[in-house]
Amino acid sequence: MNRRMVLYMVGNVTKLEALLLLPGLITALVYREACAIDFLVAIGVSLAVGFFLTFVFKPSSKVFFAKEGFVIVALCWLVMSAIGALPFYLSGEIPSYIDAFFETSSGFTTTGASILTDVESMSKGLLFWRSFTHWIGGMGVLVFIMAVINNLSDRSIHILRAESPGPVVGKLVPKMKQTTRILYIIYIALTLLNIVFLLIGGMPLFESIVHAVGTAGTGGFGVKADSFASYSPYLQWVTTIFMFIFGVNFNIYYLLLLRKFKSVLKSTELKCYLCVIASAVVLICINIAPMFDSVGEALRHTSFQIATVMSTTGYATTDFNLWPSFSKSILFMLMFMGGCAGSTAGGFKCARVIILVKKVRREIKKLLHPRSVTSMMFEGKGMDNQVVSSTSSYLVVYIMIICVCFLVISLDGFDFETNLTAAVSCVNNIGPAFGAAGPASSYAAFSPLSKVVLSLAMLFGRLEIYPMLIAFSPSTWSKK
Amino acid sequence: MNIIVVGCGKIGYRLVAEFVNEGHDITVIDTDNPTVEEITNIYDCMGVCGNGVDCNVLESAGAREADLLVSVTNSDELNMLACFLSREMGTKNTVARIRNPEYNGDSLAFMRHKLELSMAINPERLVAQELYNILKIPSAFKVDYFARRNLEMIEVRLKPESSLCGKKLSKIREKQKEEFLIAAVLRQGELIIPDGSFELKVGDIVSIAASPGDMQKLLKGLGLLKKQARNIMIVGGSKTAYYLADMLLASGNDVRIVEKNLDRCRELSETLPKDAIIIHGDGSNRELLLEEGMRSLDAFLCLTELDEMNILTSLFVSRQNVPTVISKVNKSELVDVAESMGLDYTVSAKELTAEILLRYTRALGNSRGSAVETLYKIMDGKAEALEFVAQDGAAYLGVSLKELSIKQGVLVVGIIREGKKALIPNGDDKIQSGDRVIVLSANNRLNDLSEILR
Repeated sequence: MNRRMVLYMVGNVTKLEALLLLPGLITALVYREACAIDFLVAIGVSLAVGFFLTFVFKPSSKVFFAKEGFVIVALCWLVMSAIGALPFYLSGEIPSYIDAFFETSSGFTTTGASILTDVESMSKGLLFWRSFTHWIGGMGVLVFIMAVINNLSDRSIHILRAESPGPVVGKLVPKMKQTTRILYIIYIALTLLNIVFLLIGGMPLFESIVHAVGTAGTGGFGVKADSFASYSPYLQWVTTIFMFIFGVNFNIYYLLLLRKFKSVLKSTELKCYLCVIASAVVLICINIAPMFDSVGEALRHTSFQIATVMSTTGYATTDFNLWPSFSKSILFMLMFMGGCAGSTAGGFKCARVIILVKKVRREIKKLLHPRSVTSMMFEGKGMDNQVVSSTSSYLVVYIMIICVCFLVISLDGFDFETNLTAAVSCVNNIGPAFGAAGPASSYAAFSPLSKVVLSLAMLFGRLEIYPMLIAFSPSTWSKK
Repeated sequence: MNIIVVGCGKIGYRLVAEFVNEGHDITVIDTDNPTVEEITNIYDCMGVCGNGVDCNVLESAGAREADLLVSVTNSDELNMLACFLSREMGTKNTVARIRNPEYNGDSLAFMRHKLELSMAINPERLVAQELYNILKIPSAFKVDYFARRNLEMIEVRLKPESSLCGKKLSKIREKQKEEFLIAAVLRQGELIIPDGSFELKVGDIVSIAASPGDMQKLLKGLGLLKKQARNIMIVGGSKTAYYLADMLLASGNDVRIVEKNLDRCRELSETLPKDAIIIHGDGSNRELLLEEGMRSLDAFLCLTELDEMNILTSLFVSRQNVPTVISKVNKSELVDVAESMGLDYTVSAKELTAEILLRYTRALGNSRGSAVETLYKIMDGKAEALEFVAQDGAAYLGVSLKELSIKQGVLVVGIIREGKKALIPNGDDKIQSGDRVIVLSANNRLNDLSEILR
């Protein structure tokens, strides 16, 4: 393995993080808060680490393969979270480093699970940084680096693959740099649009920005203890729609820009995403209508909660912990599904669900007609058998990761529902779960061990398991 | 530029590598999914899996807006059709590989016109031409021509017995009265643009530029001239062998072709002139080679499809004191191996094709000014030799070369003025409008003559 290249890239990402910490510093300076000094220290640390790594490990060859791509991504995310936690820890607003690490990895992985019990007392600079980590993590840091740095390497597609979610990752245009730029331009444009809509609804500028970056990354950190419950119905609807928008594959928006409307309408994954949302809204709305004064209100709360779970954001307008079990079961199932491949959302991804359902259909047909030959089609193209089988094995490791996480946090003595849903929620990068980890409470009560395990689970989920597994397996690092 | 490459065979791969290196936007089309996957993993390009003649495939590869489509699949017919379709869809330029001798006769011009092809490439014929050049100057292992053959650049490897070893360039220059320039030296894989105090050593590869007349005298004077090949044997009756034999026979050489396949032997004997000798047998068979007079050969060429077989047979033959032994090696990793085992001459079709298309795309990318007229990759691909025509009003006109601030790693090798002998310039010479200027460039990518200036 090209270790020098791996560490060199980690160094580059660390230097970039110094740049990304700047908006947090500026916010702290604008509000004249004491945490500005902590941001400065964090910037200093990341610059020092970054320059040390890039200086000492200047690679002799920039050639790398798939495994280096995986390891680069996994290490970068770990280091980013470790350094990103510094401002919280140094300011003393989150006294334990493990808690700060949990909060930051929850931010970068766009989970939105928080250990804070009193959000409103936090300083503005830290609140902004907390939500801004969602925005950075949503599209990916290395993707950002590829959009900025010239001629990284011909093989940089391995990094894009490792960092971007979904079973198949392709390019929009021949050049990697152009592709990543287009993605970021779409991302920035949609975020700005979201800010404008929130401002129109009368939300203050600071809150608009914080909520818009949180929605764009499908994260879920807010500035209020009750998340979105105290905002006006207009603001809730705007956020519902934008959460939904950020759960869609970004290739769709590129096709819209190119005016290829037919290809958009043909997208199987988009259709699946829409159908699932629509049917879930109808079912839950009927189920919970008696709890609210009007159908309109029930519809608003239903749509918001479904968008938040399906896009794996994690805002809430009401405590869905109190809903009837039928509705909770639907939400629980949606937690697994997640958004579309190539979006900022987490979860198992609609595309994988479709592939597996098609596979099952093919298997059944094969049982009825043992000699039949069927080829699987997805998005109008023949599906490679390799992709189908890797999707099935992904399902297996995905379930195994959830099981391990569930088992470890069960030591804490919470009830069954809390343990299971907290594990599922973290691996799928949603945030709030049911029971003691529901939208109205926080993860503060978990033991430090559980917090570390959950932080890692979030990173496993965001990077789609393999990068982390490969980075942690000893055979990757052995000299042979 | 947006370039589409149809067919990811050996040549397709090489082209993609060169184009990506030049910074173009590349989309590849191939029917084989794993191949497409692999090439997009290695190079920064986009892949479309499908048939290059399928309109939908061409459409999704962006044929409507593409500047160039190069079709290099196995099949000539498919290449022509792909070029025709994409041209109809709106691709600005199309290049097809057409290698069947039947299409390369009189019908080629007609087809090119009807299909609106910008260029038809025949790699086999290019290789044959290159081999023919080498056989004419047997001491050089690469010969490139510029400005309608008014200037040539050759590459020579210095053997221990050569009188040039251990001499300074200024000394060599004083001794010879011919006009020439030692433009570059490749020493242990490192390219050097030498000055007068540079001392040559055994094993150096030296690139020499001179006019053709001077070159012959120079090589004689330096003791590098070997007897021109007359008696030539070719193993492997490939298309290259056919084109080469045709050229050699036309200039009155004795040619023997050894081919395994009986049907192919019959075909060759039907299509080649009567005085060609076609032998049916295995070219790696020692008895057969001896029987056919291997020891009295001037040149032996091994042009079968198998690189390994070419290398091994050539090694065997070169031990029998045959003066010139040439093998065709396509895999670039094997070229180094072959050279380290002492084989001097290796040619590769994909390198030649890549050179031609590079020149073509650079000229396309430069619609005004002095476009690239000729481009050769020299010195193991470490440098490029380019030919430009100087245009009116450029900054470099009328200023002596020593006063121009020319980029590091760029050398003006020759200036050819209409109706005059090629000029090997020194510091006092000036470039005039209309001159053909030959430039050697080590690490700059030149698209225009004015880019030689800092």
